[in-house]
Amino acid sequence: MSGYLQLPLLEQAILTLAALVLVSSFALLAQSRVVATIHVFAWQGVLLALTTALVASDSGLYHLYLSAALTLVLKALFIPWLLVRQARRLGILRDFDAVLRPGVTLLAAGAVVIFCYAVAQPVERFSRTLTHDAIALSLAVVMLGMLMLVTRRKAITQVVGFMALENGLFFAAVTATHGMPMVVELGIAFDVLVAAIIFGIFFFHIRDSIDTLDVDQLNRLSESDR
Amino acid sequence: MSALVWTLLIPAVGAVLLALLPSQRLGALVNVVLSAAGLAAALYLAWTVLDGGEVGGGQFYVDAFNVYLIALTALVGLSTALFSRPYMTHEAAIGRITPLRMRLYHASFQGFLFTMLLALSTNNLGVLWVALEGATLATVLLVSLYRTPESVEAAWKYFILCGVGIAQALFGTVLLYFAAARVIGQPEQALLWSVLHAHAGQLEPAVMAIAFVFLLVGYGTKVGLVPLHNWLPDAHSEGPTPMSAVLSGLLLNVALYAVVRVKMLTDGALAAGVGHTPQLAGHLMMGFGLLSFIVAGLFLHRQRDIKRLFSYSSIEHMGLMTFAFGVGGPLATFGALLHMTVHSLTKSALFITVGHASQVAGTQAIDRIRGLIRTQPTVGWGLLVGSVAIAGFPPFGVFTSEFLLLTATMQSWPWLTVPLLLGLAIAFAGLFRHLQPMVFGEPPPGQLPIATSLAPVAVHLGLVLWLGLAIPGFLARWFDQATRLITGSGLL
Repeated sequence: MSGYLQLPLLEQAILTLAALVLVSSFALLAQSRVVATIHVFAWQGVLLALTTALVASDSGLYHLYLSAALTLVLKALFIPWLLVRQARRLGILRDFDAVLRPGVTLLAAGAVVIFCYAVAQPVERFSRTLTHDAIALSLAVVMLGMLMLVTRRKAITQVVGFMALENGLFFAAVTATHGMPMVVELGIAFDVLVAAIIFGIFFFHIRDSIDTLDVDQLNRLSESDR
Repeated sequence: MSALVWTLLIPAVGAVLLALLPSQRLGALVNVVLSAAGLAAALYLAWTVLDGGEVGGGQFYVDAFNVYLIALTALVGLSTALFSRPYMTHEAAIGRITPLRMRLYHASFQGFLFTMLLALSTNNLGVLWVALEGATLATVLLVSLYRTPESVEAAWKYFILCGVGIAQALFGTVLLYFAAARVIGQPEQALLWSVLHAHAGQLEPAVMAIAFVFLLVGYGTKVGLVPLHNWLPDAHSEGPTPMSAVLSGLLLNVALYAVVRVKMLTDGALAAGVGHTPQLAGHLMMGFGLLSFIVAGLFLHRQRDIKRLFSYSSIEHMGLMTFAFGVGGPLATFGALLHMTVHSLTKSALFITVGHASQVAGTQAIDRIRGLIRTQPTVGWGLLVGSVAIAGFPPFGVFTSEFLLLTATMQSWPWLTVPLLLGLAIAFAGLFRHLQPMVFGEPPPGQLPIATSLAPVAVHLGLVLWLGLAIPGFLARWFDQATRLITGSGLL
């Protein structure tokens, strides 16, 4: 971050927002109430949309405004709305999904961030501060999403982890490369939308088959002898 | 170009049409007709490409490499559709499936074929990712079609693992785009494979190396490479059998195709860069491939479910192909292309017979399937011949391709032939210790034959036998063109 103060104001704002996205990933990781997790996820979507809009005005690429709007609608409004609705219908909105060893999980998350900076090191040599930090930060968001997937037991919070991971990917595309070609971005948004809907259907399948949404109970198929 | 449009349009329209069609009986028939039309379009496309060189260059690009996979995809699609007609009618008759789910099944089947063909024919690496993720979405509800706790678990695992895995591939694609945007002026062009391939030497090697690792892990999850394979046996064993046939015969191939395409770019970038291992991509693929090959071979021994057994055999063969593409060079690549063909033909034929076998026995548990050859000789012999073919016995095509692969390995990495031969022996033993009692044992009382459609099995195994005895000249030239595209020099 040594060059931080030399950057133009707009880029400083982008970096700060990027850092906030990462902070929201930490918040997701530590949050144990189902409804609060979904809310944090929605805020992450808002931050993401804001970052995209700022990048759009910084780079003068107008198609990014469209991506920002798409993100706002999909990640900050539609998916959280869908998740809250399904959680309410399943009666688990106010449930707790206890985080396994929160202290250890957060320490691991910190280590993951450092690891991501190390992975992004080779990129640094030929890029500006902004891109380098952005690649490291977005990789960290992806990895923290994966960490969330493995530390949670409820299907619904796992889905939030999955979607947060997707956020990290989108974030990488926006900050490192000013978005992907439009056809790809629309395709990805479509996939995410369909995935969210299928996940919504799946909650009911899981509950109907094992009477709970704790995916711990999904343990019939394995290679170990029983 | 029009052939390409038809190839993609038929399954896309078909998926919508089948979703709207209420009649089960008609749905199955329309599914077959659509698949047959799709095959005709794909063959016409193949003929165009082989006759006049590659088609497209904008958002679509079809050359000798992917056109043969397109033809193969359409062929396996048709034979699976033919098989699924009596199979799904039987499933509906014994009450495992409702009319609404049958509609979902047929629509998803064509939807899946569409995503496969789109992934193969697109020139845009971003669209390739979208199509492969689309393939997961199209099939995930089919894995849980029976709604048993096991099938829901398998589908959940499939969804999460493949979703997370393929997310890594998207990150790799972003990095690739990042490297490309510095070289290629127009951002709309910077993900087009043909453009990237032309500029491969200028791409920043450090970024390309990281991007390849992410892409290999991501698409490798879909190929079923160990240790990212956990979803595969579950998804194959719990869904309806036609689904297992197309997952094994098509999806794994297409994912491997994606890996090979990005390997070609990475090789170009690393060869031009200074201070990098030019073989990095190849070595990674060899490592992952060999590990999958050995581990899956060992796991064959402890399977109790017949569909899990053959899905581990798929992992084993995909490992072998990944290894061969990693070795590189014309001989290994030619062998790998041939192996892709014979494996998907044999494996889809096997899953078709396995589906019938488990309907005859009324179970998928290996130790309760007995005496198939006495109850229904066609099914028993189909299973036996198919397994003999997949285990790599002469005179079947799998033997030919495995022999080519072994020869290529002996040329460039002589000491690696030892684990390869060992792995083949382990896998052979693993298959046949289970197979022998299922085919020859004493049938349980009251086991009755069922309505089958074994014509596709006969056609597939006949083709594999033909490829083993003598590869026809036009096909050899076809593979050779593809080899030339991938490695730069041909074999013939």
